[in-house]
Formats: sequence, structure tokens, C-alpha cells
Amino acid sequence: MNETILLDPTAENAPAQRARLPRPDTLHNKVVGLLDISKPRGNIFLDRIEEQLTALGIEVKRYSKPTFTRPAPTELKQRMAAEVDLLVEGLAD
Amino acid sequence: MRTPLPDGLIVVAKADCPTCRLVEPLLAELAQAGPLTVYVQDSTDYATHLEGTQFDETLEYSWRLGTEFVPTLIRVANGKEIARTYGWHKDEWRAITGLGASLGQTLEPALPDMRPGCGSKTLEPGIAERLELAFGDFKLQSRHIDISGADDAIEACYERGWSDGLPVVPPTPLRVLRMLKGTRRAAHEIVGLMPPDLLPCTVEKVAINAVMAGCKPEYMPVLLAALEAALDEDFGLHGLICTTMFGSPMIMVNGPIAKAIGMNSGGNALGQGNRANATIGRALQLIIRNVGGGRPGEIDRATLGNPGKYSFCFAEAEHSDWLPLAQERGIAAGRSAVTVFPGEGVQGIIDQKSRDPESLVRSFALSLRAVDHAKLAMAGDAVLVVSPEHSRVFIEAGWSKQRLREELEHLLLTPGKDLLVGVGGIAEGIHERFKDKLVPKFRPGGLLIIRAGGTAGLFSAVIAGWAASGPIGSSPVTREVTL
Repeated sequence: MNETILLDPTAENAPAQRARLPRPDTLHNKVVGLLDISKPRGNIFLDRIEEQLTALGIEVKRYSKPTFTRPAPTELKQRMAAEVDLLVEGLAD
Repeated sequence: MRTPLPDGLIVVAKADCPTCRLVEPLLAELAQAGPLTVYVQDSTDYATHLEGTQFDETLEYSWRLGTEFVPTLIRVANGKEIARTYGWHKDEWRAITGLGASLGQTLEPALPDMRPGCGSKTLEPGIAERLELAFGDFKLQSRHIDISGADDAIEACYERGWSDGLPVVPPTPLRVLRMLKGTRRAAHEIVGLMPPDLLPCTVEKVAINAVMAGCKPEYMPVLLAALEAALDEDFGLHGLICTTMFGSPMIMVNGPIAKAIGMNSGGNALGQGNRANATIGRALQLIIRNVGGGRPGEIDRATLGNPGKYSFCFAEAEHSDWLPLAQERGIAAGRSAVTVFPGEGVQGIIDQKSRDPESLVRSFALSLRAVDHAKLAMAGDAVLVVSPEHSRVFIEAGWSKQRLREELEHLLLTPGKDLLVGVGGIAEGIHERFKDKLVPKFRPGGLLIIRAGGTAGLFSAVIAGWAASGPIGSSPVTREVTL
């Protein structure tokens, strides 16, 4: 059976596709996470961002995935979601 | 019809139908006499030498012609059907083709007078709804969600928040159309405004959630009756969904429909393992969640909730000597009905020693005192579920359900002074103004009795209702099931 089209079971008072969370107006009092996906030299980029954010007085937490070849482990995703308000992830070299 | 019917004769056939093969040699005669269209449902290997032969691979023509059998012979004049026969009936074929006695006369051996045909491919299981979806006028109204980017439809349903925590059956248009065949009510009909968001709930939305819950189409009448009962003003569903307390709609089913759809009223009636019990209760919960927006952590503010919020639905084990619940509540004998009740969890009553009704009724009364709190009264309603072995004690002594209820109400009268706030070193209790009164445990009509369970076990059960019972909150509602 073709399962690519589903009928909406809701009262359809929300958009069909989930919208992204709105961007924050300010980083004031926010904790920013920096996720290194473990590709070479990603750390150089993220180190620089950390430097700049820290200079602005913004708290930064660093994370890294065990390998860029696989999605982040659930435990890591849960930890980041619990600890930071925003996350910056470098996706490529 | 999108295009007018071709004038002349139409034959719908299947290559693997022996009767179609029997008439195949006649088709050349038909083609000579006038325009002939032959639609072949299953193969290109039939009447191939005739110009008007078409392989009806999608079955669109067969479906549009309303074909039920093959062969079907149709005469069309001026774009309109004027005659039809199916199978092989020599006289009818002679008349409709207009070829009279000459039809098939040269064939050896001579054709029999009559031979029945085969079923049309359009009516094979699972095919009819596909064709209706593809070619029919009926359109499902609900928004189509394209999940082709997802690798798993069930996971996509989870991600959209449509699940109660267990996997749901993905509501594809085909499954929903099949579900809608379970009711004669129109898909666009609005059953009511669904709390807490108070948005319209159509029969189609009910069918979608029924698919997700795992219902069979034949459960739809019970589900629709349960939903209507739950939407009755007296049931107070809005508050029940939003309360911090435990309750949620529990469905009790009476009458012939329970057996017809295979519901469980016997062993483990309140438990798992029966599809109808499990999925009808679940479908109602999914409607609350998806159509009404009643989700835990959002507007469902339950402190603890109860496992019945996944599903809570069972049937009465009706006994000729005890009036079924629905009949006590005004439904005629022999009719089917649902009763919704704002049920909490199940509290067992174990009494394996009482052999006479006087002792057993005291056991029941003592256990019923625990509803809400032993020092509260006239707050929550309750359902007493009496098992077959316990009911036998009453039935053999000639006690009707009504007698049992009256004896319980009598035994549950308590001097108010024993229940007051602070009495027994317990701050919880009833108001000082009841000090000199005899206080009933339940409000009038607040104790329901139903018979259910396996035939072995001297156990019954109390299912407490919402502490806000009656006009201030929720009253049980009974609704007849209409097919």
C-alpha cells in the first residue's frame, strides 16, 4: 500500500508542515552550544566563534559528535537540548 | 461518465472466465452486425482479432460500467445504456444483440441455454475502494500530508504528534475510505464540536482516527455512538479532558452489536487482547488528542492520569435475570447502546468467602467507600463491575440489580459526624453542616452496576468516576448505537 500520502487526523488548525522555531531577538542571557561534528579543522571555526561569543559575555558550551559519519547519539542530543538555548553546528569542511 | 458510452454493443470479459471463453467465438458475429467494444479485465489474450477489443488494465471502464459479473453484455443507443445481461443466457444474448436465432448457430458443439459467469475483477477484495478513490466522485476532505520524504510512515505519525505513545496505523486515503464504509453516515457530516479546542469533528475525522487506532470498519457505529455520548453536554467532556484528576471516558457496550463485532465481556474484559475493546476505546482517545487538542502536558493537566487513557472499553456480560445497564438507562430491550463514564482505574474486590447476598453486599459496600476517599461522599460516581461468580450469589437468591443497588445505597448511609473534616485525625472530609445527617456515599443515580468478567473468580471491581460528578462535572451518558 502506498503510504506517502496520509490524511490529517487533526482539526487542521495548525500548519501542515512544522515551522522552524523563531530566531531569538537577542543572545543576552542565552546559552549557546557549539557542536563539532568531528570533521577535520571544524574546531578552528568553532574556536573562533567561541572566542567572539565569550567576548560578548555569552555563555558557550562545547560538544562534539564521535564521528561525522553518523547522526549524533541520542544521549548527546538530549544533553544538548537540556543544556543550551541555541546550537551552532558546522556541517562541512 | 467522462466520455459518452460508445454506441452499439459492449462486452466486459475476463480471459480466465470459462463462460467468457464460451462466448468468445460469438464476438466476431457481434462485430459484423454493428459497432462492438470488448473490455478485457485481466489479459491481452482475449478476442485479440477484433478491432474493438481493449485491455482494461486499470479497470476504469469496467468500474464505470458498474460491472458485477463477466461476461456482461450491454446495448448502448445514443450514448445511453438500454439493455444489459450477464453470464450466458442464450435468449437474452439473442435479443440484445438483435441477431436472434442465428447467433452462434454454426458453432459445434451447440452452446448451452445458460451458463453463469464469474465475478468482475472490480469487486475482488481490496479492489473496489481503490477504484472508487481513483475514478469516483467521492473526495476525502481532509488535508493530504505528503510524507514521501520520511522513510517510515509510522515514525512520521509519531513526529507529527498524532500518537498516544503507541504506534498508529498510518491513515492513508485507502484505509480511511474503507473505514468510512463501516457507517452509512456521510463523511462530511459534523458529529459535534470537539473539546477542548471546540473544533468541528466530522465523520471523516472519526474514520481517520479509527484507522490510526486499529479499528475495523464494522466498529464505526459503536465509536460514533460513544463519541456522541461523550459530546453530550451532561458528560462534560471539556472539563474531564482538562482536569488534574484521573478520569477519562470509559465506554461500556450493551446489546447485540457487542457480540456482532466480537467484543469481550468475559475473561479479562477490562484488560488487553481484544481488538474491538482495545481499538474503540483508543480511537475515542485519539480523537480527543488529535481533533480536540487534548494532550497531556498541554491542556490535559492530569496529575497522575490512569492507564485507561490509552483505551477503556468493554461490553456487559448480559444475563437474563439482570437488567443490562443500557436497559436500566432507558434503552429498549434488544437494542445496542453505549454508556460513557468518566472512569479512573480498576480497584478489585476480593471476596471468596461470602455465599449469601447479605454478606457479599456488605463486602461491596465496604469496598465502595474507598471511592475518592473513605471520608468523602456524594462526590465521584462509581461503576460496580460484578463478576459472573459474584452475580450468581445474588441471582440465585432472587436479587435483581435494582435490589442490589438499593441495599448498597442503604448500607452506604453514614452518620455525617464520622466523616467530618478532621475526624480520625484526618483533615480531609465532608463539611461540618452534615454533622447531624445520614450521608449517602453516592449522589442519586451515581452508582452504576454492570456484569462482566470470566466465569471463574469470586472477584468484582470498583471503577471510580470523576470526583466532580453530576451536574457540576460529568454524568454518565447512554446513547443507542444506530447501524
